[in-house]
Amino acid sequence: MTPRRRKRLTMIVVLVVGIGTAAAIAISALQENMLYFIAPSDVQAQPLPADRNFRLGGLVEAGSIERDADSLHVQFVVTDGVHQVPVTYAGILPDLFREGQGVIAQGRLDESGVFHAREVLARHDETYMPPEVAAALERSGAPHGVVE
Amino acid sequence: MWKRLKLAFHKLGSPPIFYRFAQTLIPWLWSLTGVGLAVGLYQALYVVPPDYQQGDSYRILYVHVPAAWQAMATYLIMAILAIIALVWRIRTAEIMAMVAAPIGAGFTLICLVTGAIWGEPMWGTWWAWDARLTSMLILLFIYLGIMGLYAAFDDHRQGAKMASVLVLVGVVNIPIIHFSVDWWTTLHQGSTINLFGPSSMDPTMLPPLIWMTVAVKFMFAAMLLQRARNELLAQDQRKQWTKRLIGDLIE
Repeated sequence: MTPRRRKRLTMIVVLVVGIGTAAAIAISALQENMLYFIAPSDVQAQPLPADRNFRLGGLVEAGSIERDADSLHVQFVVTDGVHQVPVTYAGILPDLFREGQGVIAQGRLDESGVFHAREVLARHDETYMPPEVAAALERSGAPHGVVE
Repeated sequence: MWKRLKLAFHKLGSPPIFYRFAQTLIPWLWSLTGVGLAVGLYQALYVVPPDYQQGDSYRILYVHVPAAWQAMATYLIMAILAIIALVWRIRTAEIMAMVAAPIGAGFTLICLVTGAIWGEPMWGTWWAWDARLTSMLILLFIYLGIMGLYAAFDDHRQGAKMASVLVLVGVVNIPIIHFSVDWWTTLHQGSTINLFGPSSMDPTMLPPLIWMTVAVKFMFAAMLLQRARNELLAQDQRKQWTKRLIGDLIE
């Protein structure tokens, strides 16, 4: 390698390392703001002001869904396995919404600790399998799907 | 062996030799692409079982995932070509790096659009400003920026030099895209396919993904060589080797 090429290569390495460092610093400074949602445990650990908008993420607790018979009103509990937050929502839910499913709700907490959602999104997990496999897993008692 | 490789590398730097090399390779690459896409799409749409939660909607991943991987792989290949272009000033490497950008932008766009189409029924939204989706959108803008910067110079070599620096600046985004789902909470799910460890996809669903991924690699190689050949021809239209080539064609 000629000295000239070596110099160019060095400059490239310096450039890439420099930008990488700058990006790492910027990203670590943004850390909290880059989170798309927070878990019920985070809500418990650091209560937010009642009028503050945020996204709550977790699993829909089994057996907690209560639908209103003659409106789109629905109530359910979001859990991360440790803490729970009751959620109330009026609107159309995504196809994947069901018990045990990961969901992200955007809204705010009221004084009594109930989360009023304006939007509910389903969060899909990274597991893909045919229905027969899922059924077989269920029969054998192995947990499948939604693990966060 | 090393010497022969080095010789081949230097030979490919010569436009006429590269032109002929690409010409021989392109039909083969397109044929392999066609076979791979045909088998992959057939399996994806008719052979593999539906998903236990998503039913048939998940089948879009057989386009989405290979496109996303290729969007990122294209960037890494472009970055390697940009280093070769900046350090050794090899013109065919410059041209290959520059013509790779629109291909990468295309795959990024396919990834974003198929993701949105899947997201609407599954998540309940077309778009979310989470770390994965946003960093992928930034990748698209970086590709467009590289294309724009290259096109802004009248002198192709000067343009390629400047755009190559931009390519290297943008490399930092690739690990951010990849790790975004691990570093932050995102709406986008984590990685399903792990090269080092168990994948969370049932083995019966994997073959079309492999077919499609390999087919897309061949498609990329074919498009890259084809575009590089066209760009060389356009830039060298007054050069001796092009005239000789055209002379051969007329005879």
